[in-house]
Amino acid sequence: MSLAGRRVATVLAAVLVLAVSACGTSAPSGRSAPPSGHRITGQITVFAAASLTESFTALGKQFEAAHPGTMVTFNFGPSSGLAEQINQGAPADVFASASTKNMDQVKAAGNAIDPTPFAANMMEIAVPADNPAKISTLSDLAASGVKVALCQPQVPCGTVAAAVFENAGLTVTPVSLEADVKSVLAKVSLGEVDAGVVYVTDVKAAGDKVQGIEIPSDVNVSTAYPIATLKAAPNAATATAFVRYVLSSAGSAVLSQAGFAKP
Amino acid sequence: MTHRRRRGHHGAPWPLGLPALAGAAFLLVPLVGLLQRAPWSALPQLLTDPAVAQALRLSLVSATAATLIGMALGIPLAWVLARVRLPGVNLVRALITLPLVLPPVVGGVALLMAFGRRGLLGQYLYEWSGFSLPFTTAAVVLAETFVAMPFLVITVEGAFRGADRDLDEAAATLGARRMTVFRRVTLPLVGPSVVAGAVLCWARALGEFGATITFAGNFPGRTQTMPLSVYLALESNPDAAIALSLVLLLVSVAVLVAMRTRWLRAGGVS
Repeated sequence: MSLAGRRVATVLAAVLVLAVSACGTSAPSGRSAPPSGHRITGQITVFAAASLTESFTALGKQFEAAHPGTMVTFNFGPSSGLAEQINQGAPADVFASASTKNMDQVKAAGNAIDPTPFAANMMEIAVPADNPAKISTLSDLAASGVKVALCQPQVPCGTVAAAVFENAGLTVTPVSLEADVKSVLAKVSLGEVDAGVVYVTDVKAAGDKVQGIEIPSDVNVSTAYPIATLKAAPNAATATAFVRYVLSSAGSAVLSQAGFAKP
Repeated sequence: MTHRRRRGHHGAPWPLGLPALAGAAFLLVPLVGLLQRAPWSALPQLLTDPAVAQALRLSLVSATAATLIGMALGIPLAWVLARVRLPGVNLVRALITLPLVLPPVVGGVALLMAFGRRGLLGQYLYEWSGFSLPFTTAAVVLAETFVAMPFLVITVEGAFRGADRDLDEAAATLGARRMTVFRRVTLPLVGPSVVAGAVLCWARALGEFGATITFAGNFPGRTQTMPLSVYLALESNPDAAIALSLVLLLVSVAVLVAMRTRWLRAGGVS
């Protein structure tokens, strides 16, 4: 116990010394230098859309391997909720949104630096592996008695699904408006609903737990994913490096393998 | 006893007083925060939204239904736990109080596994009738009953244990049948505890979130109760979330006030 306590104290002291020396060297060079200096090290927190769960988890591991001494922690959730948390002062370094709208909210509040699109996604119908309601086209979702789960309208996947139905001239009454896209997918893979509208990448990530049914490209809607470092980032240097990594060819390889399109 | 209490009048010793003050402040500051951020001027407009009335009505109706089911099943269950001497009763008591400590989301997942359309029992229900519970108001009531009923059972069981059994036996020797004894003697004795248990159960049901959103999903008017609307509104319209929170806060205060008068009366009885 006391040994652990002493270790913590030593680490704390080291951090303090580093921080003080960093401040000392950066002070004359200008006020824009972050207190942690320009070294790519330490921990960062990335707020990312739920649909990025698998691809960003993989990207985070690769980034950590490429930059020893870094640690990437993720908070996956609905982009709308994440944007709200950031604007309320959540200590995040990077925000990756499933919609430009939510990124714009963060930017308008003065919290995001230079959002850049890094991927695009399309919608797909997900049905349970045995497809109990024999869904084969988008219009099947409008049939009465078919249980459909969607994202709630303020979440990007809900907005995009609504646009798809509007393009197809369909009125779909869902049984549930879920908090994020992964909750929709869960209700589908458990077989509690007959179908859900999710991203192409979610169907791919779910493997054989669900079956995907393509939405014709003339009614499908593409959505852009922007990423940005945050103004209040506790570790700006590593945050910038992570964003650069996502935008690099290594990053887009992971994303395209997950089914994302180029922005 | 009274003498000591009078001496304590001068104030608590600081090792007790300071943490007590911090504890009270910790519990009160969030409420102050809520009131301070409340969009008072926009409040009438936010609260007259028909969606709010819809969510509030659904919350009140489902919490009341959950309490009634909880009483119908929970009072007999409490009696059995308190009075029946059979091996395994203690184990049953431990298991049925599990929902008290179980994270509600886990309760929701468990309910899906039991009553979902592919669930342990739900699959037969679905095969026979084509009806599946999730995403219905019935599912909301079920989720709330699951989480809230143990509060009632525990409260009432304690009262059954404490009630004077000599009165039951006296009634029985005078020729009353066992069901009559229960109805006319035992139940009135534990009446105040039944009320307290029911209020606790109702309040817990009203605030239920995790099991509901997991098992019943979220659809306005059907399964979107007040706590769900607060949580989901926070993502798009924080002002609306605060306004909705104020309504729930008001209802909670009303329950506390009602309980207080009930308990004062109960104190007079026992």
